[in-house]
Amino acid sequence: MKTLILRSASSYLLPVLLIFSVFILLRGHYLPGGGFVGGLVAAIAFVLDAFANGLKKTKILIKIHPGFLMPLGLLVAFLSGISPMIIADMPIMTGLWAGHPIPVIGAIGTPLFFDIGVYLVVIGASLTIIFTISESA
Amino acid sequence: MLEAVLLGFLFSIFLVFAGRYFRGKLAVLSALIPISLFVYFASFINEVAQGKVILESVEWIPSFGVNLSFTLDGLSLLFALMITGVGSLVFLYTAAYLKNHKYLDRFYGYLSLFMSAMLGLVLSDNLMSMFIFWELTSISSFYLIGFNNDKADSRKSALTALGITGIGGLLFLGGAVLLGDVAGTYRISEMLGMSDSILKSPEYILIVILIFAAAFTKSAQFPFHFWLPGAMKAPTPVSTYLHSATMVKAGVYLLFRMSPVLGGSDFWHHTLIIFGAITMLYSAIHIIFRTDLKGILAYSTISALGILVFLIGIGTQAALIAASVFIIVHALYKASLFLITGIIDHETGTRDITQLSGLKKVLMPVAIAGFIAALISGGVPPSLGFVGKDLIYEATLHFENNAILLTVIAIATNILLFYAGFVAGVKPFFGKLPDKFEKVHMPSPLMWIPPLLMTVGGLIFGIFPGLIETTFAKPIVNALVTDTEDFHLKLWHGFNTILALSATTLVLGTILYFTIKPKHKLEQAISKLDRIAPKNLLFKLSNGFVDFSSLWTSVFQNGYLRHYLSLIVAFLIIAVGFLLFKDFSLNIDLRSLSRVTIYEISILTMLLCSVLYTVFTKSRLAAVASMGVVGLSFSLLFLFYSAPDLAMTQFSVDTLTVILFVLVLYKLPKYLNLSDNKVRIKHGILSLVFGSMITLLILRVLSEPKNTEISEYYAENAYTLAHGKNIVNVILVDFRGIDTMIEISVLIVAALGVFGLLKLRLKSKDKK
Repeated sequence: MKTLILRSASSYLLPVLLIFSVFILLRGHYLPGGGFVGGLVAAIAFVLDAFANGLKKTKILIKIHPGFLMPLGLLVAFLSGISPMIIADMPIMTGLWAGHPIPVIGAIGTPLFFDIGVYLVVIGASLTIIFTISESA
Repeated sequence: MLEAVLLGFLFSIFLVFAGRYFRGKLAVLSALIPISLFVYFASFINEVAQGKVILESVEWIPSFGVNLSFTLDGLSLLFALMITGVGSLVFLYTAAYLKNHKYLDRFYGYLSLFMSAMLGLVLSDNLMSMFIFWELTSISSFYLIGFNNDKADSRKSALTALGITGIGGLLFLGGAVLLGDVAGTYRISEMLGMSDSILKSPEYILIVILIFAAAFTKSAQFPFHFWLPGAMKAPTPVSTYLHSATMVKAGVYLLFRMSPVLGGSDFWHHTLIIFGAITMLYSAIHIIFRTDLKGILAYSTISALGILVFLIGIGTQAALIAASVFIIVHALYKASLFLITGIIDHETGTRDITQLSGLKKVLMPVAIAGFIAALISGGVPPSLGFVGKDLIYEATLHFENNAILLTVIAIATNILLFYAGFVAGVKPFFGKLPDKFEKVHMPSPLMWIPPLLMTVGGLIFGIFPGLIETTFAKPIVNALVTDTEDFHLKLWHGFNTILALSATTLVLGTILYFTIKPKHKLEQAISKLDRIAPKNLLFKLSNGFVDFSSLWTSVFQNGYLRHYLSLIVAFLIIAVGFLLFKDFSLNIDLRSLSRVTIYEISILTMLLCSVLYTVFTKSRLAAVASMGVVGLSFSLLFLFYSAPDLAMTQFSVDTLTVILFVLVLYKLPKYLNLSDNKVRIKHGILSLVFGSMITLLILRVLSEPKNTEISEYYAENAYTLAHGKNIVNVILVDFRGIDTMIEISVLIVAALGVFGLLKLRLKSKDKK
């Protein structure tokens, strides 16, 4: 499927979609969105790139194997979950928030980091599955 | 006492690291462990003889009532001395028997592991710790039976033994938990006073059955006896130590221990008497048909265990005295006979009794030991065996029910055991020495001194039975019976019925020994009956189990994805349909439903068209694409019903699903019509039924009263507690964050599964 149109389009679409996925991730707290959907959108962005330029080039572009994002994301989510226990001696998964919201990003707190963890895991897991299957098919 | 129990464990751990120094001449030093333990336990003899009970407790898991509490009374002292005493001799014997064996250190490791486990078992006052030690003896026995692990026979026997005793162990755990539940404690010493209330509890019968099952499997009672002859595949020291002197007596020990707590009911006594009697007679008869020395000894051991169970079943004071004396008698002569068999096997290379004769010319000291062992075993005065046999007859004669029948069974068994003892201990040494054994020479003293020592002990105890009376018999009876009568062990009781019975036993036994000669023909004759032996029935059962499992697997897991799917769907139809139609009522208030708009109609039309297209299209890719349309239509529906989060997720998931499908299907050949119309119709009906059932289910849910409490709670608190306005996301990352945590973990597991399965296959393909 290496058509010229798709290839040219994907080189613009990839960064735009990635930014969009981060946008969805961040807006999740107040409006529809969140880590799960954001992660799926990011995964779709990379898959689109793989369709256009071939899997090998996409893999080179990502640099690390997407599988590594899974433990990383799980670690982030886990740390954000237990941080209230360590920092403030509160039960696990209690939300901790830092003062005033920052423009663009919004309120910073442990739930945000938890969502980032989910985001990373979803990207890692879906890309691992899709890349593995497409390599073996 | 804890240190004494742990010593063997520590030694076997030590051998893991330092084993190579114990393979050669130093191996004999291992015997220092059991010898020092023997001395340690022997130092308690005086205290225990005076009626003291030594208790020691170390907290282990106090919140569950599981503690390492040890008790040393007459019964446990007898067993502890037997374990360490026979253990010392076996440790010494092994040094010569397995001299220069490649894995001698390993063997000692297993042996001392076993010794410690067995010590822990007999000293435990806590049912739970007793169970743990019980299992440890089974496990160490597994290693020891399978020590010659290059032989398929040994491995199979080891597995059989582990299987049988393992099932028993499991049942023991069940019995222990139930008993602990009824009594409110796991400490046996605390249960002693509760005997009455335990007997009255509704669980009593079940507890007794479980404890019996444990004891019968461990102590090789009919119909679980068959693992013991199989266990004779182990090297002789193991057979001596585990399978005649100690481990197989663990079941008997458990019955002893439990008899003050659980005994007293007719069920207890009758069951034990019946099983004991069957076992002792059945396996005694088996002896006649055996030609392998170890086989003879194995069956006579089973028979002896049967006698012990039988005596505990009788349960009178006389019977318990008889049992405790018989334990000592049996340990002395059976262990010696096993060791002697080991010497014969080691020096001549055969254990076939039809080939062995005249060995006394070359193995004189061994022949003496064998002769004395046979005397003890046959109960010839003045050996301890005579005392033991008299006590057994006294117990049966004075029992209130069926005294005559029980005595006859006991006499018949004893006659056959007399025969067994003489065949194993005397026959190989008398007669003409075959030429091929001319060159047989004496083994190392380490091998022939232990059996000689034990048999001489049997003679001394027989002449002076008072030695056993105060040290063991009385403390044991004190530990088990509440109101004891005074008694004295004597060799000579004067002329009475019992003496006549003893004389009859001796005469008939001698006649039997001279008339019946072990022959291979007899062995072959009985092997025809093997078909209905419990062993084969049980093996058939286990084979049947395997066959059934493979049938079951081939029906439900035949490897076709469509098959799995239709099974899952069919199961759901049955399970959900049953619940749904059990009391089906559908009352939907049509007015409460919102009005159908043009959007919904058009989306539904789209859905229907794409579903039909998916089913009837000839192209695989087109089917996938139209499945995508179905998904997207659904996400539109979600959007109309104000669930934007759901719509977004559905949209992305569907996109990825379609991509996945395309990736897999893209490289397959063009659409092939693999399934015929019949299958397609079957699947179609299944899908239609499933779909309509789900529809009905949802309609049914609608007619239930709504519970909005939870969603209201989330709506109210999402912003105040979690600083978020999007309730769905707040639930995901905050209120129910741990759920999400687990879900992403599952996602990772799934991804790793796909990765592992496919990459592994790729690699093996690359190799080609």
